[in-house]
Amino acid sequence: MDYLIQQIVNGLTLGGVYALVALGYTMVYGIISLINFAHGEIFAAGGYLGVILLSYMASQGLMDAHPWFGLAFALILAMGYCAMLAMAVEKVAYKPLRQSSRLSVLLSALGMSIFLQNGLMLTQGVYDKAYPTEFTHGGFELLGVRVSFMQIGIIAVTTVLLILLNALVFKTRIGKAMRATAQDKVMSALVGIHSDKVISATFAIGAALAAAAGIMVGLYYGSVRYDMGFVPGIKAFAAAVLGGIGNITGAMIGGFIIGMVEILAAAYIPHGGEYKDVFAFVILILVLYFMPTGIMGENVDDTRV
Amino acid sequence: MTRGSRKSWQYFGLGLAWFYLLLWPLMGITDGELHFKETSLVWLRVAVAAAVCFALYRLGRRGTLDPALRPLAAARDAVAGALGRAPRWMLLVPLAAFALAYPALTNRYAQDVAINVLVYICLGLGLNVVVGLCGLLDLGYIAFYGVGAYTYALLSVHYSLPFWVCLPICALFAAIAGCLIGYPTLRMRGDYLAIVTLGFGEIVRIVLNNWMQLTGGPNGILGIKSPGVYLPTFADGSLSFEYLAIRKLEYLYYIILALAVFTIIAVYRINFSRIGRAFEAIREDETAAELMGVDTFRFKLLAYGLGAVFGGLAGAFFAARMRFVSPESFTFIESAMVLAMVVLGGMGSIPGVILGALALIALPEMFRGFELYRMLAFGGAMAVMMLVRPAGLWPAARLGKRSDDSE
Repeated sequence: MDYLIQQIVNGLTLGGVYALVALGYTMVYGIISLINFAHGEIFAAGGYLGVILLSYMASQGLMDAHPWFGLAFALILAMGYCAMLAMAVEKVAYKPLRQSSRLSVLLSALGMSIFLQNGLMLTQGVYDKAYPTEFTHGGFELLGVRVSFMQIGIIAVTTVLLILLNALVFKTRIGKAMRATAQDKVMSALVGIHSDKVISATFAIGAALAAAAGIMVGLYYGSVRYDMGFVPGIKAFAAAVLGGIGNITGAMIGGFIIGMVEILAAAYIPHGGEYKDVFAFVILILVLYFMPTGIMGENVDDTRV
Repeated sequence: MTRGSRKSWQYFGLGLAWFYLLLWPLMGITDGELHFKETSLVWLRVAVAAAVCFALYRLGRRGTLDPALRPLAAARDAVAGALGRAPRWMLLVPLAAFALAYPALTNRYAQDVAINVLVYICLGLGLNVVVGLCGLLDLGYIAFYGVGAYTYALLSVHYSLPFWVCLPICALFAAIAGCLIGYPTLRMRGDYLAIVTLGFGEIVRIVLNNWMQLTGGPNGILGIKSPGVYLPTFADGSLSFEYLAIRKLEYLYYIILALAVFTIIAVYRINFSRIGRAFEAIREDETAAELMGVDTFRFKLLAYGLGAVFGGLAGAFFAARMRFVSPESFTFIESAMVLAMVVLGGMGSIPGVILGALALIALPEMFRGFELYRMLAFGGAMAVMMLVRPAGLWPAARLGKRSDDSE
C-alpha cells in the first residue's frame, strides 16, 4: 500500500512535467495545426539555461542565503528566455510558411528541431551536465511515504502555472483572442485580431511552460543532456492527443495520465522499467485508433485527423 | 546598393543579432565559471556560413552573378537539350560503365563512401514510395531497415543460412512489419500518421534494445557472416563448388550496386504502373481517389509494404557488410536523414532521391573537418529548403494537369 502511494506521488511529479510540456503542443496545434517538433528542444534549452544560471549563482555564493529565491529567479529567467527563443524560431521557420502546405511546415519544424538539438550538443558538449542539487536535498515522511521537497516543489509550481495559464486563457483579452484565432483564423482577423501577434504569444506561453518543466526535470533527475527533449517531447505530444488536441484542460489531464501510467507500469509490470518509454506510444496509438478526438476533444473534422 | 537590398541586409543583420542575443546563454560553463571561447566559435562559424549563403542569395537576386551564371545556365540548357534528344541508352551505357568500373578506379575510402551512398539510395527510394508517391508521412521508416538487418543477423548467426537465401526472407519480414505497423495507423491522416509512425519506430528500437535473449540488447549481435558465392573449381580433375565469402569491399560494392539498380528499376516500374497511379491519386486527394474507385486502404497498406521491402533489403545488406548490428544504428535521426533525402531531392522523383542521397552522404565526406557540424547544417538546410525550394532539387514531373495549375 505504501509502495502504491509512493508510486502515485512519483507519477504525479512526472505527470506534472508532461502536462506542462503538452500544453505547448496542444496550444500550437490548436492555433495553427502544426506539430511543433522543436518544442522538445525548447524544453531541453530551458533545462540547460537552468543549469548554467544555477551553477553560476552557486559559484558566486548567491545561493547560500535564500536558495529558493535563486531557484525562482532562475526559473523565471529561463521561462522568459525560452519564450523569446520560441518566438524567434516561429518567426524564422514557421511564419514564412503560413501559406504553404502542411507537410512543408512540419518538415521545417523537424529541421528546426534537429538544428537546435545539434546546436545544444555543439555548444554544451555530448555529456550529461550535472545540476547543483545541494539546495534541493531533503524531504519528509508522510504516512510512511517518502516525499522529497523537490517533488512538492514540482507539484506546487506545476499547479500554480496551470492555474495562471487557465486564468490567462479564459479571463484575459489575449486569451480570448487566442481562443478566437484557434476557432477561426479568418473570422477573428476580420474582427480585428492581429493573428500573427496571437500566434507569437501562443508560442511564447507554451515555451515558457516547457522551460519551467525543463528546469524541474533537471533538478529532479540531477542532470541534463542535449537530447533530453526528444522522448519527453513525444510523450507530451501523446498526452496532448490523449486529452484531445487543441484542448488545454485535456492536455493537463492527459499529461497526468501519461505520467501515472508510465510510473505504475514501470513499477508493477514485469520488465516494465525497461519498456517504460513504450507505454506512452502504445497509449498514443490506441487513443488515435479508437478515440481520435481524445478525452476532452470536440469534433475534429475529417481533414484534421 | 539598392534600397531593397539594404533593407534585406538590415533584416539579416538584425536577425543575426537577435539570434546571438538569444543564443549566448547556451554557451559553455565549467565549474561555475562562464566562459565562451569554444562555444562562441561554434556560433561564429554558423554566422559566417549563414552570411556567405545570404550574400550569394542576394547577389543572385540582384543579378551581379549573372555574368558567371548565365554561361553556366546556357551550358546546362544545352546539355539538357542534347541529353533530352539523345536516346536513353546513350545515357545509361556510360553511366553503367562508370558504375561497374568504379572500384577499379578508386581506393578503399571512396568505395566505402559509394557503398554508403548506394545503401541510402535504396532506403530513400523505398521511403519515396511511401512519402513521395502515396503522400503518407512516415517518420519511423528506419524500423524496417532494422527489421531487415536483425532478420539477417539472427538467421545467419543461429541457423547459418546464406545471405542469398536470407535476402528474400528479410524483404518478406520487413513487408510483414510494414503491414503490421500500417494496419492500425492508416486510418489516420497527415500529422497524426507522422507522430504514430515515429512512435512505432521508437518502439522497435526500444524492443531491440531490451530484448536481451533475442537481440543481445545494446551489445548487438556479433559474428554475422558476409555474403558468399560458390565458385566452380576444377582443382582435382572433377567439377566441385568452393565456398568463397565475400569480404573485399569491391565485391560488396557490386552487391549493393545490384540491389540499388534493382530498387531503381522496381520503383520506376511501380511509379508508372496502375498501382503508381493509384498512389498518386491518394496523395493528391484521398477522398476524391476513393470516390473514383481506388481502394485507398488496400493501396496505402501496399505502399507501406512495398516501401518496407526496400528498407529490409538494404538492412540485410547493412548487416552482412558490417557483420555486426546494434540498436544504435536505427535511431530516429536516421529516419529523419532518409526523409531529408526524399524531401531535399524532390518527393516522388527518382533522380531527385538519388541526388539527395549523394548530397547528404557524399558531400559531408568532402568537408570532413566540419564533421560535427553535419547534423546542424542538415537541420538548418531542411528548414531553409522548405522556405526557398519546397519542391526539392529535382522535382518530379507532374503527369497531366491539375485544376489549381491555372490559378
